Amino acid sequence: MEQKNKARYGMVVDLDRCTGCGNCMMACAVENNLAPAEKKANDRTGITWMRVYAMNNGKAFPAAETVFVPMACQQCDKETPCIAVCPQNAVDRDPGSGIVGQVPQRCLGCRYCMTACPYHARYFNWSDPSWPAGMEKALNPDVAPRMRGVAEKCNFCHGRWHAARARAAAQGRSEPDPADYIPACVESCPSRAILFGNLDDAGSEVAKACQEGNCFRFLARLDTESKVYYRSAKPWVREMAEGNRMPSGKDGNLS
Amino acid sequence: MKYKGLFLFLSGAGIALVLGWVVFPLALYRTEPQPLSFSHKAHTGQPASMSCDSCHEFAEDGRFLGIPVVDQCAVCHAEPVGKTAGEKRLVEEFVKPKREIPWKVYSRQPDNAWFSHTTHVKKGALKCEECHGDHGQSESLRPYQVNRISGYSRDIWGPNISGIPSQPRLDMKMDRCLGCHAEKNMSQGCISCHK
Ligand code: HEC
Ligand code: HEC
Ligand code: HEC
Ligand code: HEC
Ligand code: HEC
Repeated sequence: MEQKNKARYGMVVDLDRCTGCGNCMMACAVENNLAPAEKKANDRTGITWMRVYAMNNGKAFPAAETVFVPMACQQCDKETPCIAVCPQNAVDRDPGSGIVGQVPQRCLGCRYCMTACPYHARYFNWSDPSWPAGMEKALNPDVAPRMRGVAEKCNFCHGRWHAARARAAAQGRSEPDPADYIPACVESCPSRAILFGNLDDAGSEVAKACQEGNCFRFLARLDTESKVYYRSAKPWVREMAEGNRMPSGKDGNLS
Repeated sequence: MKYKGLFLFLSGAGIALVLGWVVFPLALYRTEPQPLSFSHKAHTGQPASMSCDSCHEFAEDGRFLGIPVVDQCAVCHAEPVGKTAGEKRLVEEFVKPKREIPWKVYSRQPDNAWFSHTTHVKKGALKCEECHGDHGQSESLRPYQVNRISGYSRDIWGPNISGIPSQPRLDMKMDRCLGCHAEKNMSQGCISCHK
């Protein structure tokens, strides 16, 4: 039998539009039940499924330029590094949606996937998540909270994907309505820098946008065929995305 | 003594079997009372013969509403219709003060599992009985048991401690979901059911 629900979801992030406001990070944390960071959390131990990095061209004043790069799981399609290394089968690529999913209950916490991920898009629960009293009531019931000792990452808000599919089923359709399934970061972006949709649907905005000239993938040379595309008119940004030249400087740089 | 070895073996095996089949389930599961005695039969059987969806409704947008809220009971039970103690309690403790009945859900899945009745009942055209056995015709609520370690209802594993499914099937482990889906050639991607 033909497999139903054939889709390949992807994103196109317009770096020339991103102002680095961080709304996507907030919306992501709220949607996906990320607990407030612990006091002692730092760059390496905090959990930010979506993270905005600043990247600059390393030049002095009149020529200095900065772009902000919202970086979440890049949803690699081919030989997905985290899937390849997971000894537990806790990560898989959903054939119906292309989403690289993580099942925390299956994870044993070896963090091999975090090492393998070229994008540093995976995070580890160093301790049990805890919410200030009363805030548990505001948790999203469509997303299960994780526990200490497991890895986690962006999954294209699959809670919203579930809800959209149930709505489609109620109407007797097997494909969710594209307007019903929009990840939180996309929805919250005030400058509409992120497009989201089915890459295999030739008519969708993302499918068209990712074909355009200044669209690129980060670390494309690794050939993981990530489904998160970026675009920028600035040549130095595209060059930096190749990963051949490391950005310089300490503060907030992609390094 | 000629049969000492055999005697020791048999009594050892006997103790192990008693421990495994009787003591272990007792130790593993805690029984919690349901808040109210409820008979599906009194409603779905004669003479009331209500249909399942008169109580277990689907909302207009297709969502399954689960166990009915107490307002739905109030339609008929604003005052006691019969003489049973259970109904008297229903009226006095829940309907009149408008308090929701804190039912224990036998089939409640763990937090990380995602399940939609709409998909299965509306789109997949499955019968309630296929997954819930004859609960809709039961005369009383069976004891609700919860696994002391995981906190899950016993109905996930099923009543048989050996894991061999009973007939009708009352277990709903992941392999049962997967088994039925495999028969229907459906996607087995983890995130289709995990959240
Ligand atoms: C009078 C309203 C009413 C009608 C009619 C009714 N139910 Fe229920 N149902 C309830 C209530 C109240 C509960 C919660 C108590 C319990 O668990 O049985 C419930 C619970 C259930 C549960 C959940 C059990 C669990 O905890 O997992 C199932 C399954 C169910 N009903 C099936 C049916 C089926 C099938 C029918 C039709 C044959 C039906 N019901 C008709 C009121 C009703
Ligand atoms: C359409 C009307 C109707 C609705 C709605 C209804 N009931 Fe009843 N209920 C009846 C009838 C009829 C009887 C049988 C009375 C008798 O013969 O004792 C009954 C009997 C009962 C009894 C006593 C029998 C027993 O199980 O011990 C309980 C308790 C009860 N209902 C609970 C509920 C609850 C809880 C709800 C809401 C989920 C509900 N009913 C909704 C009509 C209804
Ligand atoms: C494919 C299997 C399947 C079928 C068919 C099915 N159910 Fe369920 N039902 C479940 C599972 C699994 C749960 C637990 C859901 C959860 O915890 O998220 C459940 C939960 C319930 C509950 C408790 C829900 C709650 O959240 O309180 C009720 C009531 C119920 N089912 C009634 C019905 C009725 C009535 C039908 C028929 C119209 C039906 N079910 C058909 C599998 C099924
Ligand atoms: C008795 C068979 C049966 C059982 C048991 C069953 N399912 Fe299903 N399930 C189906 C069918 C049939 C469909 C497809 C409905 C359709 O799209 O036509 C389905 C669809 C689904 C879907 C939507 C898949 C998609 O690609 O859209 C999810 C999610 C799902 N089931 C989860 C579960 C979970 C979780 C359980 C166990 C708690 C479960 N199912 C148990 C028969 C079953
Ligand atoms: C058809 C639906 C379905 C699919 C597909 C599915 N699961 Fe599950 N899974 C469930 C349900 C329902 C449960 C909860 C019941 C249980 O514990 O068996 C569960 C439980 C689990 C548990 C145990 C969690 C605990 O708290 O005990 C793990 C681990 C798990 N699943 C991993 C996976 C992995 C890895 C995949 C992909 C290869 C996967 N699941 C695919 C439905 C599914």
